[in-house]
Amino acid sequence: MMSDRTTQENTPYLSRRGFLRSTSMGLGATALGALLPRSVASAQEGEPAPRAKRVIFLFMAGAPSQLDLFDHKPGLQKLLGEPLPESISQGQRVTAMTRGREQRIVPSMFGFQPAGKSGVEWSELLPHLSRQADRICVVKSMRTNAINHDPGKTFMCTGSEINGRASMGSWLSYGLGTMNRDLPDFVVLNSAFWTGGKRNVQGLYSRLWGSGYLPSKHQGVAFQTAGDPVLFLSNPKGVDAAVRRRMLDAVGDVNRAHLEKAGDPEIGTTIAQQEMAFRMQSSVPELTDLSGEPKSVLDLYGPEVHKPGSFARNCLLARRMIERDVRFVQLFHRGWDHHSILPKQLPGQCYDVDQPSAALLTDLANRGLLDDTIVVFAGEFGRTVYGQGKLARDDYGRDHHPRCFSAWLAGGGIQGGITYGETDDFSYNVVRDPVEVRDLHATMLHLLGVDHERLTFPFQGLDQKLTGVEEARVVKGILA
Amino acid sequence: MDRSRLAKSEAVPRRFLLALGFTAVLAPLLFDAAAMAAAGHKSEDPDRVDFNRDVRPVLAEHCFACHGPDAADRKADLRLDIATGDDGAYRERSGAAAIKPGSLEDSEVWYRVTTEFEEELMPPPGAHGEPLDAEELDVIRRWIVGGAAYQDHWAFVPPRDREVPHAADPTWGQGPIDSLVLAGLQAEGVAPAPRADRRTLIRRATLDITGLPPTRDEVRAFLADEGPGAYGRLVDRLLAKPQYGEHMARFWLDLVRFADTNGVHHDHFRDLSPYRDWVIRAFNDGLPYDRFATEQLAGDLLPDPTTDQLTASGFHRLHLIIDGGTMLPEESLSRNVIDRVSSFGTAFMGMTLQCAVCHDHKYDPIRQKDFFQLYAFFNNLDGAPETGRRSGADFVRGLQPPYVRFPTEEQSARLAELTKQIEQAKSKLAAFEKGHAEREPLDAEIKGLQRERNGVETGVHAVMVMKERAEPRPAFVFERGAYDQLGEPVERDTPAFLPPLVKDDEGAAPTRLDLARWVVAPENPLTARVAVNRFWQQFFGVGLVKTSEDFGTRGEWPRHLDLLDHLAVSFRESGWDVKALVRRIVTSETYQQSSVAPPEAFERDPENRRLARGARFRLDAEIIRDQVLATSGLLSQEMFGKSVKPPQPAGVWKAVTLPDSYPRIFAPDVGEDIRRRSVYTFWKRAMPPPQMTILNAPGRESCVARRERTNTPLQALLLMNEEEYLKAARHLAMEGLEHGPKEAGARVDWLYETITARLPGASVRESLLAAAGDLEAMYGKDPTLALELCAGLELGGAFEAPEVAAWTMVTSAIHNLDVTRTRD
Repeated sequence: MMSDRTTQENTPYLSRRGFLRSTSMGLGATALGALLPRSVASAQEGEPAPRAKRVIFLFMAGAPSQLDLFDHKPGLQKLLGEPLPESISQGQRVTAMTRGREQRIVPSMFGFQPAGKSGVEWSELLPHLSRQADRICVVKSMRTNAINHDPGKTFMCTGSEINGRASMGSWLSYGLGTMNRDLPDFVVLNSAFWTGGKRNVQGLYSRLWGSGYLPSKHQGVAFQTAGDPVLFLSNPKGVDAAVRRRMLDAVGDVNRAHLEKAGDPEIGTTIAQQEMAFRMQSSVPELTDLSGEPKSVLDLYGPEVHKPGSFARNCLLARRMIERDVRFVQLFHRGWDHHSILPKQLPGQCYDVDQPSAALLTDLANRGLLDDTIVVFAGEFGRTVYGQGKLARDDYGRDHHPRCFSAWLAGGGIQGGITYGETDDFSYNVVRDPVEVRDLHATMLHLLGVDHERLTFPFQGLDQKLTGVEEARVVKGILA
Repeated sequence: MDRSRLAKSEAVPRRFLLALGFTAVLAPLLFDAAAMAAAGHKSEDPDRVDFNRDVRPVLAEHCFACHGPDAADRKADLRLDIATGDDGAYRERSGAAAIKPGSLEDSEVWYRVTTEFEEELMPPPGAHGEPLDAEELDVIRRWIVGGAAYQDHWAFVPPRDREVPHAADPTWGQGPIDSLVLAGLQAEGVAPAPRADRRTLIRRATLDITGLPPTRDEVRAFLADEGPGAYGRLVDRLLAKPQYGEHMARFWLDLVRFADTNGVHHDHFRDLSPYRDWVIRAFNDGLPYDRFATEQLAGDLLPDPTTDQLTASGFHRLHLIIDGGTMLPEESLSRNVIDRVSSFGTAFMGMTLQCAVCHDHKYDPIRQKDFFQLYAFFNNLDGAPETGRRSGADFVRGLQPPYVRFPTEEQSARLAELTKQIEQAKSKLAAFEKGHAEREPLDAEIKGLQRERNGVETGVHAVMVMKERAEPRPAFVFERGAYDQLGEPVERDTPAFLPPLVKDDEGAAPTRLDLARWVVAPENPLTARVAVNRFWQQFFGVGLVKTSEDFGTRGEWPRHLDLLDHLAVSFRESGWDVKALVRRIVTSETYQQSSVAPPEAFERDPENRRLARGARFRLDAEIIRDQVLATSGLLSQEMFGKSVKPPQPAGVWKAVTLPDSYPRIFAPDVGEDIRRRSVYTFWKRAMPPPQMTILNAPGRESCVARRERTNTPLQALLLMNEEEYLKAARHLAMEGLEHGPKEAGARVDWLYETITARLPGASVRESLLAAAGDLEAMYGKDPTLALELCAGLELGGAFEAPEVAAWTMVTSAIHNLDVTRTRD
């Protein structure tokens, strides 16, 4: 071991690695950030060829029931009220709501039909989506670690149950850079209302679209459903565009003079960002102004599209953003947490999302955008085969279930008209081709041309990744 | 360096030697080589390899994940982070050592990182990271050849204050800070920047010490004080202001994730404002940092704790907490305690303890067991791990037991009286059978009395505190971090790589108070360093160790270790006097340098790590808002109390709240409360005030030791369009029109000086004056627009709306200038 003396010796020194680290950590903190390569990963050799450029993530907050929507288990019909076999539950961790109660099976009361040329089975609750069956890959073998909403959503959105990690969209903004100089890279659209019940609803948290340890310019910009779509976008009363322009000209003049004198290139960044803000004052209203959309397109999305804040309106907005090369659009739709009276509430939720998300696929395809846009539809976990609430064939609820759930994907690089993975007869355990949340993330990144192992950021002594520390795999079986 | 060439010329002969059994002969050389290496360190050889500075980062990046402190993931029973011991790098196994000091040929590591054979190459190609590059190989080569000496990680060795040479330049500061900084600059052949001009200095010092800009009068007074020591007197005045404590507290509140809601699920209101007020008072009263730490960690365990000490222990209640009936209570308990231990690690140790929840730390010598030994200190709260019922006085006033009440005499008397009346009414009620006509009025009376008692109780000042259960909860290692997979039982203790814990009572189990004393013990190598580094960061924008949240082996090597250690030792020896430390920092010549520099200087050293100029960085969100209010004369002087809600755009909470969230709807306060300093702003964790987060304020869900500073269009929109900020601009413009100079050019100067403490140069004055003229003409042509901007103002005939509107926009323009939003 070294003596004290040598540990005290320290000549000023900047190692190459230290320099790289200091500059990448300071990304955005200085104008030097602007000089760094836009894409940290794509320049590397050995990266996958990109199949898509953008993502729309339809997040079903509250966790929809895979048993009633995607994972058809006709064998359960004769098991109503039977206890769940111990061989299936295997001492599974449960929620506070189920603990100490008997786990009795309740089958779905909704019918399933084969759809499209591919014949994939779709629930009667999703008629519009079932007509898109040949475009869609349904993954039936999703798995997560979390059993409660908050950690579950955080896990799906950031790859970790721990708060403070970077979200999917911010990783893409950081890793792939911007394609549009007038709009943010990552936009979040929250449904202002939903049909399926207000009783069991969870809050959302801005951390779900936060940038965590990544520079905050990569965080999601949540569009508001009322007032300014982007906070503080509009000029206040008494200020019009001409006044704003004149005021900004003066600000620019003074800032430029100041840059000349003070020397700090950061002042140049400030000038550029003020000009971008001014451009956003016209580009964002243009984006959210639907008056130019033909009736045929509006009709495609259904009647709810006329209500600001509806999921349908947000789907149409998402398409308009994708058209303008926003990198990542994430929609949040709440109201899926059906612990009771599921048969009454689930149809309403499906009414909210079925036609609009089907319309989104059609609309994107009609414009040639679906080829390089990935659309993902997922909640934070699944729901149990055993019931909660009343245990009648047409009145039941389901508890949280992390061991399996269903998600679907469509668009750039995804093979349509297939299902992937399989669960047991109770839709309780995955029996074939499990897909962990990190695998879903790795696959999304792969389609965007990014090796998930190489998209990293140093924080807390680790090279942090969206896919976390456990090994993630690209789900090759769903790729076109 | 060409890898393949190396592999051929140096690694292959080693194999040859091994085959001939020559290694045994070479082994005795080990100690000689180490001695030679130590001797080599005496010279100031530029090629000198320093283990901590040069080698450890390379090994940490490429090797420690499998050959480091984490026992579970360790491959081949080999550690490269330590030299000796059964797993150490020097130990011979099967006739070979991983590292053979002085000999590349006999060091298996060297072969493994240079070999052409892919199956033997380290790190294994593929998932385990990148191979070493030429520069890293060169470091390893020189290190092994030079004797492969190991060092303890710098931050785990106690700081030593070495004798500081006097600065070579008599015109420069002679104190240790300046001497050490100057020595560093001279070694690089760089001269320090001249001292900043006096307007810059007063603005810089006032913003840095109080979080507020100087007033025009303060600027004038400072300029007029031409006597020696004027700057020192200014600093003393600033340190004595109560605004100093408000400003210093803000950084601490980020660090301990202080907020006004629970942060999970419904995200209900929770009131820890007495803790916030205690932090402010602690800074203002000059509470020594060791007591500041001790009272937060164990104020409840001090003998006869004062109200303040109990309030300070609210530190342990700042974690996120979930609503009852959602999770399993034992899971909630474990989450709370892990949160508590992690904040303890970040705030007081500068260590990422949370990395050792699921497994041994990958890079630092913190075993998973160490984490849970610390966990055992914090898992004994005498209270529920989830929130209680959503009704009653506690719910309304945001309290969760345990808490301490401080009723006034009047409140106590009234509560006793009401309790008595309720009991009397209840006993009367009991006398009547069910269905009796007398029961109904009595029921109503009881309900009324209970309501009144709740009302009085709601008004009682109360503080959430830490309190130990009588019977300590046992603690266990969680297998793979899962709360329901209990492993080995553990006792309270501190990590072995740090000085041992000293118990107050040798016979008993250690207490949190013992832990607090361990934290502030002079032997603890981390506490003082971590603290002074954070204070330094406040005044220079970046710490001497940039990773102020991580002093572990993956944290940054300090740019000025000698300076950091000097500050740490002298801070401790001063009796942990924070004000004295701040005074030393801001009165140094290093701090007072001008930040003006040629663009090349910013490119060469963008974050000013060399300290060859004054620091220049964008102001924090709170300062930007407070500055707008203060310079407009609108800032409330009121201190302390419940958090307040200045207006924010409508509907911001709507996206995140639930039908039963409390509060659900954002209802802005009115009057003076919306003009309070930002440290008093209500912080909803699910959606903190956008005026703050847009400018990089953290969500206060986890501990943040340093904020980042970005520069985004959303920030530009905020500063242009925030309505309260514009109202403040209008207020100041009216003030300028009514009481400022009559001549327009002089009025520009007046506004500019009021906001920035500077005077505009001729060209700046010209630009703003031209804008004033153009804007007045524009508003003159569109009087409706001007009237809209003046809505609610009593112009009283003295001023025309276009003039007021134009000068409002000029004032707003000054608010938006880089010089205004930057501290330079």
